[in-house]
Amino acid sequence: MFDWLFASPSERRLLGEARLRGPTAWVIAIMSFSIMIIGAAGLALANTAGVLTDAIEARYSVEVPGGAGSVEALLGVVRSAPGVTSAEAVPESEMRRTLERWLGPAAQSSDLPVPALVNFDVRPGADLGAIRQRVEQAAPGAIIAAHREAVGPLLRSLRLLQWVAFGLVLLLSAAASAAVVLAARGALDTHRFTIEVMHGIGATDLQVTRLFQRKIAIDAFVGSLAGAAVAGLVLLMLAAGASFAGELTGGATLSAIDLLLLAMLPVTLTALATWVARTAVLAALRKAL
Amino acid sequence: MLRDLDFRLAHGGFYFLTGPSGAGKTSLLKLLYLAQRPTRGRIRLFGEELSDAPREALPNFRRRIGVVFQDFRLIRHLSAFDNVAMPLRIAGASDEQVEAPVREMLAWVGLADRASARPPTLSGGEQQRVAIARAVINRPDLLVADEPTGNVDAAMAQRLLHLFSALNRQGTTVVVATHDVGLISATPGAQLIRLEGGSIADPTGTLRNPPRPRGAN
Repeated sequence: MFDWLFASPSERRLLGEARLRGPTAWVIAIMSFSIMIIGAAGLALANTAGVLTDAIEARYSVEVPGGAGSVEALLGVVRSAPGVTSAEAVPESEMRRTLERWLGPAAQSSDLPVPALVNFDVRPGADLGAIRQRVEQAAPGAIIAAHREAVGPLLRSLRLLQWVAFGLVLLLSAAASAAVVLAARGALDTHRFTIEVMHGIGATDLQVTRLFQRKIAIDAFVGSLAGAAVAGLVLLMLAAGASFAGELTGGATLSAIDLLLLAMLPVTLTALATWVARTAVLAALRKAL
Repeated sequence: MLRDLDFRLAHGGFYFLTGPSGAGKTSLLKLLYLAQRPTRGRIRLFGEELSDAPREALPNFRRRIGVVFQDFRLIRHLSAFDNVAMPLRIAGASDEQVEAPVREMLAWVGLADRASARPPTLSGGEQQRVAIARAVINRPDLLVADEPTGNVDAAMAQRLLHLFSALNRQGTTVVVATHDVGLISATPGAQLIRLEGGSIADPTGTLRNPPRPRGAN
């Protein structure tokens, strides 16, 4: 299956050893670098979205307008509601500090009504209606809001960006494939005479193809490895920022599986380039007698 | 353009193809060594109908045909040794297996000491001899040569003719396109195919119904 990788010295001499003279390896290196960076960004976005989703999926807030004074009572009601796993009150002082960013010193005025605010988590399948009923009985006018509704637009943006990254990876792969097709056609033109002679003395299309396939596979592997290595360095340099982002979202930005996927990129890109080259060369050869 | 051709080559026959320039000699040879298909009509080679044979089937037939091109068609970046070894390697021989026969063949055409030379460094005559060595290295069933003595001296032309005759005696059918009358007259028993205006002049009809000289099929 992979015998074409191990050409004899005489087979290698047929096309010469002008590896890396053409632009193929450089184009593949640039594509590999771009795919790796964009792929890493896409995976990080997916992970961030996942961590955010997990964190807020079961989280709610109950707010009682102007009820800051009764926050402890409200906390007790929420904690005792069925299905609630944890609850904590947001201190009035913290809320006033938050309001101070918009209102200035007026936020500390006792005339300013500050709501009572309690954040709570529920277990999966909890009856939110029952919780709502209990809270409203204790604090009429209380408002219960799901955090996922507030963060929804951000999550949707993250998911969209993730798909955009995935699409870009596909587009760059397609562009790399197109570059390989052009390179294969160029190589065929360069060696047209050799191919004609080989065909004339009985070489099959596969015998001719394996020469080009091997050459392009080597160029693609060298190029994609170089591009991935540079991308890896860039990603390492970004690691500090990435870990900060991880702290913000409460989870790792790239998992071990993600890193494995990225590490396999040179092999994947080489396999793609080799298959594309083989297909392009065979298709071109079939046009000759 | 070739038209109204109807002839048979006897297995083991020796043929000279002659005719004025533009008569279609090279076109006819291309049909013989399967570089072209006829636009109409039939070509039967080695007992097989090849006019509309799938192209995947052609390499096996081409390996049974040796071709000496007028312009040599040597690969410039390969040594004389590698050029001569190509048919054997394409047929699946390893580098070790080709060593002895290629050295022997190069010695036979007088180029033993030029094995590592590349075609651009060889004279026209030397390139011609490399091309001939490549054409006959795998002892083809059919040898097709287009003006094979055009670039060699008289002595070498005689040696080449002896080589062709020796191959012919072993059963190889030989077709040589040439203007060299001396070559034709020096080959007793060879048959002349004269092309004129794309047609074969065959007044006696012997080309349509050839005799069966040696080991005919």
